[in-house]
Amino acid sequence: MTTLRVNGTEHETDAPGDTPLLWVLRDELGLTGTKYGCGVASCGACTVLLDGDAVRSCTLPLDAVAGAVTTIEGVGTPEALAPIQAAWARHQVAQCGYCQPGQILQAAALLRETPSPSDDQIDDAMAGNLCRCGTYPAIRAAIHDAARALSEA
Amino acid sequence: MASRIGKVTRRTLLVGAVAVAGGAAFGVWQIRRPLDNPLAPERGATLNPFLIIDGDGVTIITPRAEMGQGIHTTLAALVAEELDVAWEQVKSWHGPPSASYFNGALMHAALPVAEYAMTGWQTALAETLGRASRVLGLQVTGGSTSTVDAYERLRLAGAGAREALKAVAAERLGVEPAALSTADGHVIAPDGIRLPYADLAEAAATRPVPQPELRDPSQWRLLGRSLPRLDMVAKVTGTAEFATDIKLPGLKCAALRLCPHLGGGMEGFDPAPALAVAGVEEVIDLGDGVGVVARNTWAAMQGAAAVEVTWTPSPLPQDTDAMLARIAEAFEGRHNSRMRNDGDPEGALAGAAPLEVEYRVPFLHHSTMEPMSATAWLHDGQLELWCGNQAPRLHVDRAADAAGIDPADVTLHTTYMGGGFGRRAESDFTHYAAKLAAALPGTPIRLTYSREEDMAHGFFRPAAIARMRGAVADGRAVAFDAQVAAPSVSQQAIGRMTGRRMGGPDKGHVEGLFDQPYAIPNCRVRGYLADLDVPVGFWRAVGNSQNAFFHECFIDELAHAAGADPLAFRLRHIRERHAPSARVLEAVAEMSDWGNPPEGHAHGVAFTFSFGTPTAQVVELTDTGRGLKITRAWIACDPGRVLDPAIVRAQMESGLIYGLSAAVTGEITFAEAAVEQRNFPDYDALRMHTAPRITVRILEDTPHMGGVGEPGTPPAAPALANALHALTGTRARSLPLKHHAEFIV
Ligand code: FES
Ligand code: FES
Repeated sequence: MTTLRVNGTEHETDAPGDTPLLWVLRDELGLTGTKYGCGVASCGACTVLLDGDAVRSCTLPLDAVAGAVTTIEGVGTPEALAPIQAAWARHQVAQCGYCQPGQILQAAALLRETPSPSDDQIDDAMAGNLCRCGTYPAIRAAIHDAARALSEA
Repeated sequence: MASRIGKVTRRTLLVGAVAVAGGAAFGVWQIRRPLDNPLAPERGATLNPFLIIDGDGVTIITPRAEMGQGIHTTLAALVAEELDVAWEQVKSWHGPPSASYFNGALMHAALPVAEYAMTGWQTALAETLGRASRVLGLQVTGGSTSTVDAYERLRLAGAGAREALKAVAAERLGVEPAALSTADGHVIAPDGIRLPYADLAEAAATRPVPQPELRDPSQWRLLGRSLPRLDMVAKVTGTAEFATDIKLPGLKCAALRLCPHLGGGMEGFDPAPALAVAGVEEVIDLGDGVGVVARNTWAAMQGAAAVEVTWTPSPLPQDTDAMLARIAEAFEGRHNSRMRNDGDPEGALAGAAPLEVEYRVPFLHHSTMEPMSATAWLHDGQLELWCGNQAPRLHVDRAADAAGIDPADVTLHTTYMGGGFGRRAESDFTHYAAKLAAALPGTPIRLTYSREEDMAHGFFRPAAIARMRGAVADGRAVAFDAQVAAPSVSQQAIGRMTGRRMGGPDKGHVEGLFDQPYAIPNCRVRGYLADLDVPVGFWRAVGNSQNAFFHECFIDELAHAAGADPLAFRLRHIRERHAPSARVLEAVAEMSDWGNPPEGHAHGVAFTFSFGTPTAQVVELTDTGRGLKITRAWIACDPGRVLDPAIVRAQMESGLIYGLSAAVTGEITFAEAAVEQRNFPDYDALRMHTAPRITVRILEDTPHMGGVGEPGTPPAAPALANALHALTGTRARSLPLKHHAEFIV
């Protein structure tokens, strides 16, 4: 049995210790907001926060998870969007939407470290998150907007 | 089970001239007859196939595939505009598969004429064919047709319901309907009394459907504005449900291992290594591969990789070179189409010093962000299926066939899809999910392709070769002769859908080449179909995706041969043919300050008329010293009337980035007839730091409504290749461009 802290709740799982966190979240705990895109840390769809830092959950084995996990379900809800989600909605970022949970968590980690990022800093932080629908211009605008909203909060 | 829809599809959709005869044969009564309503809500009332009203508000049925293009939002807005409900009250639901949700605009594209040049009678004919689509019940998302098709039909659905609700209210209040108004989901009486639609809906549902006038666009409140998308909140909170997210009691997760040698088979397999993987429960023989069922997807994928399988080889040419040689052989046979043959191209070329060049493009993968997936559950002889798809009725048939049951016993839930781009027009994932579910009755099976299996089993944009000849005189093109050879997407895809091979000229094969509004007196376009059974399919913009590259790079070459500015050269030939097309070129010239790129930067231009929408793009390229970078791009397009500008803009940006991604790095290659690329590290795309800053301008001068999901893609590759020529002098006649220059990655 492994104990995981996800979105503020303790979960027990008997999944083998080499199971990547992504699949524990999705298939064992039913938290399907985190997505599978590649399994090899090259698309960012599976991004979650581990103690506030963005990590690729598809290559992080369960036994290596030391810290509190935040998934998209822990960021905000449809009834109560977090400021970063509200910025995403204002800019109508999502197209198919599949990459967006990963994009939002990656951006959340960026804003935690760099509250008012430049375009270059956005490029650096977001380069690992693929979006096949090409929503990059909208993501960039939403990050700047979220940064403003958070600084005024 | 050969589908019933399938056979009529083949007859009417593809064989241009035959379709005309077939369309005219349908009785008018069948076309005007009210649509059967497939809805049977548990509570509330349904006034027509597009509307359910209950105490919670209004649900609008949006029966097209939401792949990210925002179609649910626009379809719902069409109904809501006439119905007078507040946008915040609107919910949307994809609804059940039904012939009532036919796509009438698909037939438009089947006509063997260039769309920009459609005359009145041809447009009328296309409309007749559209009604034939209604009779045939083709519920399909594709060809950038959804909005075009829905424009009148859904507004009428909203207006008819509104008038029926008013009629009921008029009776109850004892006033004339004309004295009533409607707003925010209420009928409002002259004295201010407000009757909620929910109280009137049940009575209204039993009335004959009125035939109201549609409102003039000047009165629109919702249409023509950028609305908050109905799917946005779900998609930023992780609550949007994709086929890989379905949760059911006792659900198991599955993965596939299919024969990598395309067209090859399976001789046998040893399941033992898979069963030794912790969490693996079943290894199932699928005939052409195995399925592994496990407690979670990770275990299933590990198990699938561990199965020891003996594959049989593929009858296809074994590597990319041999495949391209096979494609080139097609030029030796007779052409399949000659959709344009103006003047005397041979004569004009003989009298000049012709430019003669060959272009090539590679196979491409869709690589949707969500790999192929479906969830299926066979219980009590009934199959429930959850999948993203672009043709619900086809998937129902395919699932029934795989599970060995009747299509009437299949219930399909169409989920959100993590990208389509044409890939989800195929039904392979439904087939395998249904087979696995049938092998394990009572157990819900959630199938997720690993990225590697998804990559290995694509339905690719075909590789193609174009042989171009042309001549210029006095600053103009006087001769243009294009021959293009490739496997036929239409033949293959329709063959898979219907079990029959289509005949006749293949328009999709030469679209983007024969149908461009350039006035060139001697102009010929011939298509050659290669005898090569590599699986190919509808890739965003289909034939336009490769043909625009051939056409627009060669036009650039002709401009240089004529000593003319490439943009002015285009305008010179387009202005006299099609004014809206000239206007998008003029717009993009102004936006990009064409002719004056910043120091160290170069501009390239391309133009394509596709899916009814003329689209021009300028791409700016610079050498950073660490590699080339695409810094900016400008798009001007004219889709005619625009219903939601933000969605049009997003689709244009998306189409451009999709096209540029393929142009820079996209390439599927083969060894032993197996795909060599495995995952994003070797099949990458533009990312945040490599995508350009994009400016979009939307014009509304085209008289007919065009599509927006695909027209952004075709000009992207040639605009970039032309910019590369402008920057470095390298004329790249093949893709991807990473083989010609170093790009920032
Ligand atoms: S799924 Fe983890 S980075 Fe792609
Ligand atoms: S929104 Fe579709 S992949 Fe990003």
